[in-house]
Amino acid sequence: MTRTAGVTGPLPDIGPRRDTAPPRLRAVKRRRQTIFRWVVVTAVGLFFLVPLLAMLDFSTRALSGRRIFKAWQTLFDPAKLAKDYAPLWDGLKNSLALVVLTVVLMVVILVPTMTWIRLRVPWLRRTMEFLCLLPLTIPAIVLVVGLAPIYRGLSNIMSTSAIWLCFAYVVLVLPFAYRALDAGLAAIDVRLLSEAARSLGSGWGTVMWRIIMPNIRTAVVSACFLTVALVLGEFTVASLLNRQNLQTGILLIAAADARLATAIAVVALLLAVLLLLVLSFVSTGRRNRHSRRAARPAEA
Amino acid sequence: MSDVLLDPRADAQPPTQQRAGRGVGKRVLPVLPTVPFFLYIGLFLLVPTVIVVVGAFRTADGSFTLSNLGSLFTGEALAAFGQSIALSALTAVIGAVVGAVLAYALVTAAGNSFVRKIVAAACSVLAQFGGIMLAFAFIATLGSNGTVTRLLASWFGSESDGQWLYGFWGLALIYSYFQIPLMVLVFLPAVEGMRPQWREATETLGGSTWVFWRRVAGPLLAPAFLGSTLLLFANAFSAYATAAALITQYNTLVPLQIRGALISEVNLGQANLAKVLALGMVVIVAVVMALYAWLSRRTERWLG
Repeated sequence: MTRTAGVTGPLPDIGPRRDTAPPRLRAVKRRRQTIFRWVVVTAVGLFFLVPLLAMLDFSTRALSGRRIFKAWQTLFDPAKLAKDYAPLWDGLKNSLALVVLTVVLMVVILVPTMTWIRLRVPWLRRTMEFLCLLPLTIPAIVLVVGLAPIYRGLSNIMSTSAIWLCFAYVVLVLPFAYRALDAGLAAIDVRLLSEAARSLGSGWGTVMWRIIMPNIRTAVVSACFLTVALVLGEFTVASLLNRQNLQTGILLIAAADARLATAIAVVALLLAVLLLLVLSFVSTGRRNRHSRRAARPAEA
Repeated sequence: MSDVLLDPRADAQPPTQQRAGRGVGKRVLPVLPTVPFFLYIGLFLLVPTVIVVVGAFRTADGSFTLSNLGSLFTGEALAAFGQSIALSALTAVIGAVVGAVLAYALVTAAGNSFVRKIVAAACSVLAQFGGIMLAFAFIATLGSNGTVTRLLASWFGSESDGQWLYGFWGLALIYSYFQIPLMVLVFLPAVEGMRPQWREATETLGGSTWVFWRRVAGPLLAPAFLGSTLLLFANAFSAYATAAALITQYNTLVPLQIRGALISEVNLGQANLAKVLALGMVVIVAVVMALYAWLSRRTERWLG
């Protein structure tokens, strides 16, 4: 910042005094802006850091104030977790199964339909967009009220197992997955690609699986990541429909062992950061390849 | 697939089909592949919504009534709506103001600065850091045995039992924790859309910083700011998990009232209380989101 002032400083002999004032003024303003920026970032940063550090402290402190690392030892001891903290273990298993089911169901339901609507029935696109974004205005807690009777019926037909929550989770993730996939489909020429594939004799299955999917890979991956994050963090629907997942398990554990629950929260947060890093890596890696490809004709 | 590849007539087939399917068939046949999607959405999104809306106007034996709506205006429900709206409005404003200042501070940093990248990444994690984990984080910080509570006690001899955390102001503080990052995420594009030329033009014409904010940047950013605030309001209004994990005995917020009504749905005369409360929530969120959509269309006109 100060360097800018040094560069613009020795230029004044172009005009009268009036011209030299703005750069110096600007330098002062710039410096003030830098200070302002650091004050804001530090203050807000503290507000966000303190609870995170407090979680680390809380998870390793006995009531007497001594350090104990029992919670963290338990956390990295799957056998003990499975034996002594059964709700957590069951919840984790259910949540992992739900992640897989929800991701598969989401892709199977959304990708072919969205592609088909773009190709053949564009007049349905508005309707589909409206329906997919609708869950944004229907809070999960409201959806649960309407889902309760449906799930009562479902548990008679199928079972009361937690894995059927995947149906509700696909609805919850719909707006986010739709936006991600829609951006992916908008970036490629669906009609051109599918017509080329069809004219070379491939069926719709091949078009979907070998032409469209690889071309919107990044969008599918980010939709999947959003789904994973949502399913692993979902509490409202599971808890109110009396199904056990990771979050309800953690809440049960928290009553018995607050330190362990807090340690889990720390790990969950770190995993979320990791997930985000992978996601941004995937998308920027893709973008770089695109720009490189775009740059090639210019070089030639 | 290989059959199709080898058979030259396969290419000619689709046009023939299309020709045969003129008239009604031409319009109906292409819709068929989308049927599974619409069936699914119908069963798991539209039917639940209809159940809520219709249930709010039905008595226990299924006949039409308006008397259920009366329970929205009883003391307890009314108080819960008041608390929920106040909490959402307060945290929306706090989140919007702090988030906007933070977003501006980030944009004034040099283009690809390290701080900016870190803060943007942190925001996208923290905006999702709702749920029961957030409740744990604040119990660990400000609960009766929390780190900050203990530090304050040993430094200043304060005697907080940490109970305030479970009340209105505690919830407001906790909700701010995910509202501020969300504001940064949704407002950053608008601030980034501000052109340095606007400021230069103002200065050339003799305008001060105050004039710039009052006459140029303010009016341009206002729709985006208001829209983001509404989004934050809806976000806080729909939040359930954090409050549910913190508050187990009193149902001070609408989502908690719904929990209570769902658990005791067999209570006489309250058969459809959960649905009425849910309908009330949907109406409020829908109005807020409609306003948001309208405002974001206005934003795009200038900062798109």
